[in-house]
Amino acid sequence: MSAPLHLWLIPLLPFAGFLLNGILGRRLPKWIVTAVALLAPAAAFGLVLNAALGLFGIGPAPGSFSSLPYVETCPLPWIDIGALHVDFSFVLDQLSLVMLLVVTGVGFLIHVYSVGYMSHEEGYARYFSYLNLFLFFMTVLVLAGNALVMFVGWEGVGLASYLLIGFWFRKTSAADAGKKAFIVNRIGDFGFLIGMFLLLANFGTLTFTEIATKLGQDPGWQGGVVTVIALCLLLGATGKSAQLPLYVWLPDAMEGPTPVSALIHAATMVTAGVYMIARTHVLFDHSPFALSVVAIVGAATALFAATIGLVQNDIKRVLAYSTISQLGYMFLGCGVAAYSAAIFHLVTHAFFKALLFLAAGSVIHAIGGEQDLRRMGGLWKRMPFTFAVTTVGVLAIAGFPPFAGFFSKDAILYAAYLHGANGKALWFVGVVTALLTSFYMFRLWYLAFLGKPRGEDAPHHATPWSMLGPLVILALLSICGGWIGIEPSGGLSNWTNWINMERFSGFLAPAVGANAAEGGSAGLELILSGAAVGVALLGWLVAHLFYRQKSRLPAQAAAALPGGYKLLANKYYVDEFYGAAVVKPLLAISTYLLGWVVDKALLGGAAWLLGGVATFAGALLQRWQSGNIRSYAAWLAAGAAAVLLFLVVPWPDVLASLSAIHLGAAGH
Amino acid sequence: MSSFLTQEVPISWYLLLSAVLFSLGVIGFLIKRNLITVFMSIELMLNAVNLSFVTFAHQWHAVKGQIFVFFVMMVVAAEAAVGLAIIIAVFRARATLAVDRIDLMKL
Repeated sequence: MSAPLHLWLIPLLPFAGFLLNGILGRRLPKWIVTAVALLAPAAAFGLVLNAALGLFGIGPAPGSFSSLPYVETCPLPWIDIGALHVDFSFVLDQLSLVMLLVVTGVGFLIHVYSVGYMSHEEGYARYFSYLNLFLFFMTVLVLAGNALVMFVGWEGVGLASYLLIGFWFRKTSAADAGKKAFIVNRIGDFGFLIGMFLLLANFGTLTFTEIATKLGQDPGWQGGVVTVIALCLLLGATGKSAQLPLYVWLPDAMEGPTPVSALIHAATMVTAGVYMIARTHVLFDHSPFALSVVAIVGAATALFAATIGLVQNDIKRVLAYSTISQLGYMFLGCGVAAYSAAIFHLVTHAFFKALLFLAAGSVIHAIGGEQDLRRMGGLWKRMPFTFAVTTVGVLAIAGFPPFAGFFSKDAILYAAYLHGANGKALWFVGVVTALLTSFYMFRLWYLAFLGKPRGEDAPHHATPWSMLGPLVILALLSICGGWIGIEPSGGLSNWTNWINMERFSGFLAPAVGANAAEGGSAGLELILSGAAVGVALLGWLVAHLFYRQKSRLPAQAAAALPGGYKLLANKYYVDEFYGAAVVKPLLAISTYLLGWVVDKALLGGAAWLLGGVATFAGALLQRWQSGNIRSYAAWLAAGAAAVLLFLVVPWPDVLASLSAIHLGAAGH
Repeated sequence: MSSFLTQEVPISWYLLLSAVLFSLGVIGFLIKRNLITVFMSIELMLNAVNLSFVTFAHQWHAVKGQIFVFFVMMVVAAEAAVGLAIIIAVFRARATLAVDRIDLMKL
């Protein structure tokens, strides 16, 4: 690197925005708040873009990718206790560069969108200060050079998420959802913490590169403790990335403002778990067991959430379950050691899911806060533009070429198919999920935009340009975002070049390792992507049949399978199960054992006892202080006499004579 | 008998006298109710101490003890002036000099 990159500025600029708007925002005029809120992420994105262009050899300070990873360490020591030495260090490599571009880029777009979306809301400055705070912590998380710095960002984005889910804190459901997200995430954070402690105990360092070096030097690190560490980290990742069994907070997180759902709960924060696994991939590479657990968790979550998504009626909840499902896809990609495919899907998913959420936001905004799909319908006429971008998003997530989702989903499915013994089963789950995804996304599309209007005609708000602009850019990215995987030198006539995304995985390989898939061939790849597109089409056709042609079919299907429908509509009763199995016993223990026995009886009793003794002794001693001068004088005289007695009487002699008497008595 | 007259008084007699006077002072201080009597008892104790001071000064041929007695007498004089003034003030305010009834300091 020829010139310093000043990575530290990337998180610090949004932090400055947070401080400014958080402290002074209420007193500043609205246009200054907006300017501060937009400039901070724009400047951060500019810095990242500058660094990226420099690395590609463009711009004033050209560098090259051979200089990566570029490490920036705070000159002052952060933690330096005995053998424990942790620096506050940032690292830029291919992985963090991709992630930073997504976080700051999509983050900036959503900031712009929020200006329009939140313009009539109370707490405008508060909203933007939280959003900037989120970007600060997210960039810290992404840039982290060791696990502890990552943990700082990890906890910070959890805080920002909590604050933003509960943004409308006067609404009980929003406040509760925020608390739920925070508490469920704590369970995952516990895993992350234990994983870090084990890393420290076994490797003596938390720096990612040093861990990789130590693992590489000694082939003896296999399974055992590495598996335990990897599983602990996975627990952390399942919390943040809303995977089984800790996904329950994400659907409730939709209580927050829609741009927040788009930024934090779809595009960036929830992908932190995937990013963390990719970042610590050496650990997973050394533990096949942990890796297969990742794959199974991912596949199971993808399928599980997709089935719930089939029957949800709240537009944001459909998208929330689809997010969980797509995150499951990314975990599946990680689990088959195709980290670059997972990151590729992370990137494209950030584009199209942010697009879908923002489009849903403009729908909700336009029809006066209505979120129920059953009361929408026929919106394409009223909002042709939103209809168009949503169509792009739906086609992208369903996986139609040449939209972005096709390439990344295909890469994961291909890697899964080639992965070992159970690869075919994982692939099959992935394909079924793709079918369900296509179905429920087209269901949303038909219900919201086509058919006849079902709701009352709400006053139609015009959508401001600040909301339309980000939608256009994200729609373009949802179309073209997948093309970064195409190798142009291979020739466009060669179809395999269109679908095997060698370029992207080659780009990420220095950071996350090459895809381990073996035994693939161009023909197989073509067949597999054909199958993926086939199920996407099938999903579309079924949705068309259900929600366009025979509108009584959904009700008939639900009536034909009442048990299954009820199970799905109630989300498998997971919340109820957790409530009965975890929350209730915990509450009972807290109330009765901790509250009554420990707090009231033991601690309260001890305090009462101490207080009683002191009061009693005080009451006794109080009598001494009669206020009568003569009694004081008498005590003085008695004291003087006692001192005198002590000084005058030759105690050693007295004691000696006493013991002599005693001895004499004993002698007789 | 002449030897009895010509003989020097032994030091222990002085000290004994001093102790008796001091004890009388203490007892008076403790049992007397009238503030003026209490005051006089204090004077008695101080003078008992003075007596033992001069006794020891004579015994050890140390002038320090006698100088100390002057200091004590000076303090006693000041104390008598202040104390009697307080007593008069107390009597004016409360129309009594019984120590037991002057107990405003009691909680």
